[in-house]
Amino acid sequence: MKVLEIRNLEKSFEGVRVLEGISLSVEKGEILSIIGPSGSGKSTLLRCAVGLETPDRGEISFSGRFGMVFQQFNLFPHWNVLRNVTDALIRVRKRDRQEALGEGRALLKRIGLGDKEAAYPCQLSGGQQQRVAIARALALNPDILFFDEPTSALDPELTQEVLKVIRSLKELRIAMVIVTHEIDFARDVSDRIIFMAEGRIQEEGKPLEVLQSKNERMRAFLNRL
Amino acid sequence: MSVIQIIEELWSSFGVTLNIFLVTLLLSLPLGLLVALGRMAKNPLLRGFTGAYISIMRGTPLMLQLIVVYFGPYYLFGLSFGTSYRMTAIYIAFVINYAAYFAEIYRSGIQSMPKGQYEAAKLLGYSGRQTFAYIILPQVIKRILPSVTNEVITLVKDTAFAFTLSVMEMFTKAKALAAGQTSILPLFIAGAFYYIFNYAVAFAFEYAEKKLDYYQ
Ligand SMILES: Nc1ncnc2c1ncn2[C@@H]1O[C@H](COP(=O)(O)OP(=O)(O)OP(=O)(O)O)[C@@H](O)[C@H]1O
Ligand SMILES: [Mg+2]
Repeated sequence: MKVLEIRNLEKSFEGVRVLEGISLSVEKGEILSIIGPSGSGKSTLLRCAVGLETPDRGEISFSGRFGMVFQQFNLFPHWNVLRNVTDALIRVRKRDRQEALGEGRALLKRIGLGDKEAAYPCQLSGGQQQRVAIARALALNPDILFFDEPTSALDPELTQEVLKVIRSLKELRIAMVIVTHEIDFARDVSDRIIFMAEGRIQEEGKPLEVLQSKNERMRAFLNRL
Repeated sequence: MSVIQIIEELWSSFGVTLNIFLVTLLLSLPLGLLVALGRMAKNPLLRGFTGAYISIMRGTPLMLQLIVVYFGPYYLFGLSFGTSYRMTAIYIAFVINYAAYFAEIYRSGIQSMPKGQYEAAKLLGYSGRQTFAYIILPQVIKRILPSVTNEVITLVKDTAFAFTLSVMEMFTKAKALAAGQTSILPLFIAGAFYYIFNYAVAFAFEYAEKKLDYYQ
């Protein structure tokens, strides 16, 4: 069953074509990584998918709920960790408060931050903040989660703890679309990889197929990393 | 007249000063927020109107605004409210003047909020109103508190402009006493009152700032 289907997506900014007809679909529980050079339109693709940008043309259809994890975490700094994770559940989804707090605590435990529920984002490391942002997105029970370079704002030593958490989500059978520059991670975790350049999907397939393809742009991209 | 008597006299008119201060603060802070929202609204008419209002309020003297608010109804419409209107005119002029300054402070605070906060809120399903009320505004208040403090300290001193309409607040009283006694002492003592008042105000706002220091 498909959780996301995108057809012929096009987007320009001030006359510059950034997405030139992107079509892709994501199956339930599937993990799709998107790689590609800077400026190739990866973020724009994700932002169009979740409704943060309006596409010029094309269709986007979800079956189920989606959430997003941002490069800059975008936690709410005036709320403690537990409230960051549970507020939308309570205020938007109108869930019972105690129940929501219970679920929030369980999620924090899951990402290894069970003892940080009362801390404020500014008291956490970047890696911890990003894990909280992941828990916040998970709290709303998404069928598909988008990650836009979730580790790019982190020091190298903090990257691994975040990638480990993302990896651990595999068993939840939540579909994930991950834009990343961590090629090793993408190879290990993905069911499928898409290589984008110049607003188009250049290569798509199983991780090894894509990473070993002879596509010139692909080779150039990998050599530069 | 002894120093004690002067202090007593000034103290009795300090209530008026305090009233002007409190009414202005309590009404202009929320009004300023509404004006700021109008200034950033999608509707160009509303934007233009609030923009002109802010610009006029900030570009003309408060003293002139006091006079216009007090005498305007008579000269423009032939309406006369009698002297009881005096205090109301003071409140109106102060509130609309300060709301304009606060509006600009709110606006710069709101515009300084990173876009990511709105985007995260949208993805979590918060409505525009919820986002503003629970996520944006609390952070804006923390950001703008130092500028608001400055403005409020100015307000303490500006209350003296009420003398323009001969309202017996503390400064008007001090001037009258000084004239009657041909002594500068009442003015000095009034100065001390203002100083202490401001000191208390600054203390209260610093306390609020500390209270909000728990993040960032
Ligand atoms: N809001 C915008 N206004 C104008 N141009 C934009 C906007 N957002 C993106 N662009 C442009 O669109 C192009 C694609 O940007 P995008 O952020 O999608 O690339 P990306 O693949 O995510 O790159 P990176 O790896 O650096 O994050 C870039 O040339 C960028 O400058
Ligand atoms: Mg990007």
